[in-house]
Amino acid sequence: MAVALAPHRLTRRAVLKGGALTFGFAFAGLPTHGLADEALAAPRSVNPNEVDSFLSVNGDGTVTLFCSKVDLGQGLRIAMRQIAGEELGISVDMINYVEGDTALTPDQGRTSGSNGIQRGGMQIRQAAATARQALVELAAQRLNTKADDLVASDGEVRPKSGGAGVRFADLIGGRSFNLKLNSKAPLKDPVTYTLVGKPLPRPDLPAKCTGSLTYIHDFSLPGMVHARVIRPPAIGATLISVDESSIKHLAGASAVRIKDFLAVIAEDEWTAVRAARALRAQWSEWSGLPAQDKLIETIRANPATTEEVLVTRGQPGTGSPSRAMTRAASYFWPMQSHGSIGPSRAVADIDSDKAIVWTASQGTHGNRKTFARFLGLPEEKVRLVYLDGSGCYGMNGHEDAAADAAILSPAVGRPVRVQWSREDELGWDPKGPPQLLDISGAVDPSGRILQWHTEMWLPQTTRGLPDVPLLAPAAAGLDNVRGLQPGLISQNADPPYAVDSVQVLVHWLEDAPLRPAPLRSPGKPANCFAVESFTDELAFAARLDPIEFRLRSLADPRGIAVIKRLAALMNWQSRPSPGSNKDAAIMRGRGMAYVHYKHNETYVATGMEVAVERTSGRIRVERVACTHDCGQIINPDGVRAQVEGGIVQTLSRVLMEEVKFDRSRVTSRDWSTYPILRFSDAPKLDIALVDRPTEPPLGAGDASCAPVGAALANAVFDATGARLRTVPFTPERVKSALGGV
Amino acid sequence: MASYRLRINGGERTIELSDPDQPLLYALRGLGLTAAKFGCGLGQCGVCNVLLDGRATRSCLETIASAAGKSIVTLEGLGSISAPHPVQAAFIKEQVPQCGYCTSGMIISAVALLAEKPKPTEEDIREALEGNLCRCGTHVRIIRAVMAASGQGG
Repeated sequence: MAVALAPHRLTRRAVLKGGALTFGFAFAGLPTHGLADEALAAPRSVNPNEVDSFLSVNGDGTVTLFCSKVDLGQGLRIAMRQIAGEELGISVDMINYVEGDTALTPDQGRTSGSNGIQRGGMQIRQAAATARQALVELAAQRLNTKADDLVASDGEVRPKSGGAGVRFADLIGGRSFNLKLNSKAPLKDPVTYTLVGKPLPRPDLPAKCTGSLTYIHDFSLPGMVHARVIRPPAIGATLISVDESSIKHLAGASAVRIKDFLAVIAEDEWTAVRAARALRAQWSEWSGLPAQDKLIETIRANPATTEEVLVTRGQPGTGSPSRAMTRAASYFWPMQSHGSIGPSRAVADIDSDKAIVWTASQGTHGNRKTFARFLGLPEEKVRLVYLDGSGCYGMNGHEDAAADAAILSPAVGRPVRVQWSREDELGWDPKGPPQLLDISGAVDPSGRILQWHTEMWLPQTTRGLPDVPLLAPAAAGLDNVRGLQPGLISQNADPPYAVDSVQVLVHWLEDAPLRPAPLRSPGKPANCFAVESFTDELAFAARLDPIEFRLRSLADPRGIAVIKRLAALMNWQSRPSPGSNKDAAIMRGRGMAYVHYKHNETYVATGMEVAVERTSGRIRVERVACTHDCGQIINPDGVRAQVEGGIVQTLSRVLMEEVKFDRSRVTSRDWSTYPILRFSDAPKLDIALVDRPTEPPLGAGDASCAPVGAALANAVFDATGARLRTVPFTPERVKSALGGV
Repeated sequence: MASYRLRINGGERTIELSDPDQPLLYALRGLGLTAAKFGCGLGQCGVCNVLLDGRATRSCLETIASAAGKSIVTLEGLGSISAPHPVQAAFIKEQVPQCGYCTSGMIISAVALLAEKPKPTEEDIREALEGNLCRCGTHVRIIRAVMAASGQGG
């Protein structure tokens, strides 16, 4: 195909200044970065103890923030500006945001665990507060007055009593602060906030809605070749032979083989696609996966485990044993995919002079170490640059595609772009792991919970493993980390309620059927599904209303507040479940669940109204209500969007998602075999945010996911009297459960 | 090599192809029109949707040979940041996208719907967008934006 380069394609020189470039495209409509290109290209401090690493005041009066917490669609591009602008005293449209470039931004850790604001944002807040204090002191010298008589506002420092001020740019524009982050720098009183707490629009949305934002999928380099990686037909297969003659009819296409790593490259993308389809290769047989229909038994019987008691509290119950009602139940959450809508892509340009990888990774800094290791390069020679990708909620294939490109670029001596296929993404992205929980407990007729025992089986995070091991280095025989990294998946496995005696025991599994990775709200949707379903099972045993039952044993006032607010939002009628229409053709019910995320972060109560069709087994979620307290809210519309997304995405996981596999590989590799929620299943949402301006801000991306499964299971029980304990709640499972009523 | 003339966003482009079965999506992206995204290549997700003679069409399945001569409109052709199409403006006002990867296909499908039904019901919108997948869970905002773009609600 002969097509001239479009005029907006980038010059190589521009491309090498990755940070500036990213910014220019991502923030059309906002000011350009304000730093000279040369300044961005020059080495700058990325030490997270230095103010200059986080922000600079530019000669034109703008401010640039440098942050390794990246905007994945969760709105950090506006929230970070609000935080910094508030403390500095400058409007958000005077602030630029450079993100996720290992050469330009300090290492603040992965953008994960909902810690963008609660950790990364608080570093930015402290850096901005330290900078404001310095600016005020500089102005005091300049104006020959006391710092206490001055205020920073609108990008200048001026007398509180009025009169002419001095612009930030005139105080320090283009120069360094040379200051350590001061943890004691005074912060603004939330009562005086003018930016934090406002629903300011996200600055990248005009570009996203007009096709002018450069995603990693849209990024190209001159001289670049297109590649597709050929994954084996069985996960553990080795490559026996490759028949290059099978693609010789495709002009310019060739195969690259490094041990068991196999790829095709071509000058244009479509030829690469055709070559990937046409290439004949012979692989060894492998069938090391467990039988899917025996997965639960396999997990239970796994001999390679370490037992650990995670929680013990209280004394064996003092309630009358004769009045105790005991219950026991098992819950299972299957493996699930990130299900990113765009298959992963990355670009790498690596030769003897440089090693630059453009990636949508949520952790460019951490991956820099990983990439340096398998490339055999010193870490300081490797640069990873973040560009927007298709939504990722933990770790999808982004890093793997980046490793593919990083291995191919030096092998072919040119910049390489790797694009995964749909089959690659659903087949090979690291998965949310399977979670099995057995819970037993006892309650007395007054609703007092006498005893609670959780026993669960989880893959164990390998000690010291920095990141999820990547596919390409392993296949190519390069230096690669080994082990499992599923994230912090054991939290919230004990109830948030007063219980006479609680124990949580985990069987840590040394292996997992498919490569695990953190998937949004890692582990908590499954644990909360089990804990909050079982809580309702105890409420049912005690013949108590589910909300009344919880409130009797809950002490935390913020938890009580979100539950009571949910009850009001849902116009909750106090009565035990199930309701009275469980014999109807369409059975309606309501249910709720509560989480205090990780027992020390965000509070969420979620309720659902459902209709269950007896003949089809179909669940229709008609309305979801949610009350959410994440402390101080930086941007209420941003929080709301995260809560909406967390609910809808998790509803998809609960209603329909399960990775399917045979003994050799994942078989659910497209959207017909791995269906996700569509518009017909999108519920009405009714969300109430609780703002606590004087409390620390907490994460908003994960917590709302946790109660979704239990709220739905409890609503289905209320409607039907049937209890669903295995995700997903497919119509077949519902019909089977109804048959047992 | 065969030569094809494509009418894209009101202009005309000529491309040379050795494979007449090449999907339109690759040609558009090769021309620098990258709003339409690759999602599955199977016609299952809608992120590659473009308007072909006014109809929302999967550009990952449509061959260039069959698209030649028809009017092709991509998200870039609808409007710009300074002069957005009403549906684009509504998506911005309602703060719809999160990652934004599905946004182009959503807006294209919505524009096709509104051309046919200027005052759709919520049910019409759900039906028209049923073939477009969103993973971030922005469905409710999308429905609200399309209603607003049609002058209803809000």
